[in-house]
Amino acid sequence: MVPIRVLVAKPGLDGHDRGAKVVARALRDAGMEVIYTGLRQSPEQIVRAAIQEDVDMVGLSCLSGAHNSLFPKVVQLLKEAGAEDIQVFGGGVIPESDIPGLLEAGVRAVFTPGTPLEEIVNFVRESVKKGDA
Amino acid sequence: MADKQERLAKWRAQLEKALERFPERKKSFTTSSGIELKTVYTDLDLPPAVDDFPLPGEFPYTRGVQRNMYRGRLWTMRQYAGFATAEESNERYKYLLSQGQTGLSVAFDLPTQIGLDSDHPLADGEVGKVGVAIDSLADMEVLFKDIPLDKVSTSMTINAPAMVLLAMYLVVAEKQGVDWASLKGTIQNDILKEYVARGTYIFPPEPSLKIITDIFAFCAENVPNWNTISISGYHIREAGATAVQEIAYTLANAICYVESAIKAGLNVDDFAPRLSFFFNAHSNFFEEIAKFRAARKLWAEIMRHRFGAQNPKSMLLRFHTQTGGSTLTAQQPDNNIVRVALQALSAVLGGTQSLHTNSRDEALALPSEESVRIALRTQQIIAHETGVADVVDPLGGSYYVESLTAEIEKRVKEELAKIDAMGGAVTAINSGYIQRQIQDSAYQFQMAVETKEQIIVGVNQFTVEEETQPDLLRVDPSVQAAQIRRLQELKSRRDSAKVRQALDAVAAAAREGANLFPPVLDAVRSYATLGEICGVLREVYGEYQAKDLI
Repeated sequence: MVPIRVLVAKPGLDGHDRGAKVVARALRDAGMEVIYTGLRQSPEQIVRAAIQEDVDMVGLSCLSGAHNSLFPKVVQLLKEAGAEDIQVFGGGVIPESDIPGLLEAGVRAVFTPGTPLEEIVNFVRESVKKGDA
Repeated sequence: MADKQERLAKWRAQLEKALERFPERKKSFTTSSGIELKTVYTDLDLPPAVDDFPLPGEFPYTRGVQRNMYRGRLWTMRQYAGFATAEESNERYKYLLSQGQTGLSVAFDLPTQIGLDSDHPLADGEVGKVGVAIDSLADMEVLFKDIPLDKVSTSMTINAPAMVLLAMYLVVAEKQGVDWASLKGTIQNDILKEYVARGTYIFPPEPSLKIITDIFAFCAENVPNWNTISISGYHIREAGATAVQEIAYTLANAICYVESAIKAGLNVDDFAPRLSFFFNAHSNFFEEIAKFRAARKLWAEIMRHRFGAQNPKSMLLRFHTQTGGSTLTAQQPDNNIVRVALQALSAVLGGTQSLHTNSRDEALALPSEESVRIALRTQQIIAHETGVADVVDPLGGSYYVESLTAEIEKRVKEELAKIDAMGGAVTAINSGYIQRQIQDSAYQFQMAVETKEQIIVGVNQFTVEEETQPDLLRVDPSVQAAQIRRLQELKSRRDSAKVRQALDAVAAAAREGANLFPPVLDAVRSYATLGEICGVLREVYGEYQAKDLI
């Protein structure tokens, strides 16, 4: 079986990468191939990396409050690049009331603080399986 | 002694017997740093240092940096705040001062912290979000409007561009007619922890250390009461470090700053009294108290023995504390009020000089005004109602706390020896060692939460179905456009020839290795922007490229 490939990315200027790194490691420990972009990535850089690395999913992490501009932009740029098969999910300090808007913009799921890692791992597995079918 | 040991052995035998029938809650009890705890501590556990009859205000200051501590003056209650525009932040500061807060703490937005103007493409979506946007002296003038700078102490959380922001503050003081010698406050100015934990770096380590040393030298002569650096374990802890790692890596960074200043020709006693520290208060109550006590002793000994400091003020570890942001939960957020109160209490029992208490809603968004008030009130209740501030180091002599203090000290020394053997903090950072250690601890902690070995109330146990939280603070999205407009207006009305000249002088000083502070002050006076000043420095120094490992 081909392993699932995930790009974990930090869009914008936020430096809080504890969550991104813990999630990246959990996905890797679950048998996936994980690429972590590091800090300060523009949406353009993230989309370029996602396409180059031929990933199944992109996980975005943001704790600075800039998620409403950054997450939808990544979704949109993927679409413009004809890579809408790459699904986007996100996490961070994100108010509950922002989540419907992000989902509407095409983000597949948003995980807030306290989410068990298992839930994220299962979500990625299920989403990729569905996407393949 | 023999008698005590005998009695203890007998007591233990009886306990073991009882445990066969009634086993304990856990196989072993450990602190966050993995220190295994005994059932009970006795005077047999007291470390030899306690025999030296340590007193507060005396070397090695384990019991406190002053003789009477809070009986004289309470700690400074300092809430980190700042958002959106300079006008709105100025309003919040005036509100906090009117509520009895005694010091200001400025939060800058991320573009400011990374030395980018609000109109930079990477700033999109971030302007005014986690703090106030400052592009030039004009914004700084608004930020401190009607706040007399000789009457407040101001802490600025700014690192890579700290020199530029401090220069702006000095010019605002100048314009208020306030003498620089009467200014009190702190700049964070701690670049090494940005590489390992916080992420707002600009330049590579070497030129960054040069800028920091320039600030030490300039302030020693011109701004003598300013704390020129706040060497921070806070963010290292937030990134996942244990209590022991927090102290070890903070002191390793501190040693590196002292070494670079000495290498640049400064006398240790000229700058060391202005070094200050910033630690975290997490939830393992006694471990945190012991951690603060151990840190004071370690630093006093490092300064005296390793660096030959003579002035007792050089040996004092004075520190600010903030309660642990990463311990806050988005679930049942009112529980966070209790967490914050207990963490704040540990900081006070540990002898902090100033304190920020987090707001209950910070795992959800920026704190609302009501939440900030509760957080401040928490400190005021500890200060005025509990009586804990009436005796110095009330836990001194506690068998448990003294033993834990000694154990933390021992473990920090072992970690420092490792870093010394690698060649110091910069090498340990460049090789990724420190980052890796912190990430491992973060992952282990998360695993303990997943397996419920670590209970987080409301998260992995005692959960309830919850309603969406109302009343979260939102930054108006029009802030960015307004800030950019203000920047453009400034650029069109200032004397651009003067700006160009001032920026050239900054670049020249950077190339020649002269002290950067005087030309940066001139550039600020000419209304050169933060992005322009950092821009010419980027050209000379280059930018740091992080190595990211997972």
